[in-house]
Amino acid sequence: MLKKIIFQFLALSLIFTYSAQSAESGGMPQLNPEFWISQIFWLVLTFGLLFIILSKFILPKISNNIETRKSQILENIETADKQREETEKKVQEFDKIINDTKVEAKNFFNSERQKVLDDINNKRLSLEKDIEKEIIKAEEEIDQLKKTSQEKITKIAIETSSDLVKQLIGEDINKSSLSAIVEDLSKKEMEKHNGI
Amino acid sequence: MAANPMYQFNVYRIGPEIKINNIDISFTNASLFMVISSLAILIIFNLGTKRSIIPNKIQLLAELSYSFISKMISDTAGSKAKPYFSFIFSLFMFVLFCNMFGMIPYSFTVTSHIIVTFVLAAFIFIGVTIIGFIKHGLGYLKLFVPSGVPMVLLPLIVVIEIISYLSRPISLSVRLFANMMAGHTMMKVFGGFVVSLGIVGGWLPLGFSVALTGLEILVAFLQAYVFAILTCIYLNDALNLHH
Repeated sequence: MLKKIIFQFLALSLIFTYSAQSAESGGMPQLNPEFWISQIFWLVLTFGLLFIILSKFILPKISNNIETRKSQILENIETADKQREETEKKVQEFDKIINDTKVEAKNFFNSERQKVLDDINNKRLSLEKDIEKEIIKAEEEIDQLKKTSQEKITKIAIETSSDLVKQLIGEDINKSSLSAIVEDLSKKEMEKHNGI
Repeated sequence: MAANPMYQFNVYRIGPEIKINNIDISFTNASLFMVISSLAILIIFNLGTKRSIIPNKIQLLAELSYSFISKMISDTAGSKAKPYFSFIFSLFMFVLFCNMFGMIPYSFTVTSHIIVTFVLAAFIFIGVTIIGFIKHGLGYLKLFVPSGVPMVLLPLIVVIEIISYLSRPISLSVRLFANMMAGHTMMKVFGGFVVSLGIVGGWLPLGFSVALTGLEILVAFLQAYVFAILTCIYLNDALNLHH
């Protein structure tokens, strides 16, 4: 249906245009040789000039540009590669240095600690020795003191007890029996004191 | 007058009549559009020669067309065709710009004239034949004797080959000329329909006209491409004789 309408339209318009153009003479201006020579002349002139200018001046420049761009890009890629390698090397060196310093620091730390520990040990040992000596000395003194004090105490006790007895009774008693009693008592007392 | 679809192909004198030895070489509208096309090509490509590593738009255009045509030549005619690059480049650009300038309304299409296309085609034909004979001497005549053909058929084949070779300039020129002329005539005819059918029925041919304009722009590019690539193929025959 639509096709039919379009077709009718076209046919109708063809008739219209034919009637409108029937008054004019047809034919192809291309086949009129009047300006052929002129066209050939101007074609040769313009196309020749175009060819000469393009091939002598413009196209070499364009190809040159393309070539330089290509070589520049290659160069850039090369330098980029080189620089990347360099940075990789540098990074490796950097890592190495950091590792070395770490190890060094550890060693240094360890050795210092060992030194300090040794020092502390030595000092402690000497101190302990001193302290032991002092203790032994003190113990000896104490022992001596103990001994001498007991003798003194018994002497004093005997004397005081003899004095007491003299004042109480008014006469001297045998000193040896007194001292035996005092010793006996003091022994008992000492045993009690020492918790035996 | 303007309704005649062939009127657009009329050539008329612009300015005074120039005659050398009684030969009329006056400046015509055809000459005008040849000059305009050539100037446009030169201006565009000259703007595209700025030396910058990152190209601007015109430079990109120039370099893309350069590599497009150089690829076309190396694909069809091989590396031996390198010296003819600038000729094929100018040829392609000239035909393309003439076709494209013809697409502007009220302009003139240089390539819609058989004499122009025929001169180009004849020049290519003669040039290719000379190149062939220079490169291969009389061995170039082997082009007419395809290998692997039975002896009985050989006389016939040779005649056909010679005719096909001689008809090359005609086919090359008529192809471009007829395409251009037919397209422009058709657009003109549809334009005439728009006027004669008026506001009621004129919309349909108007749509056709719009569609045809797009088609014609495609054809304008395609015919320039075909013209250039056929030149490359003929050049290939002359440079690398393998039959």
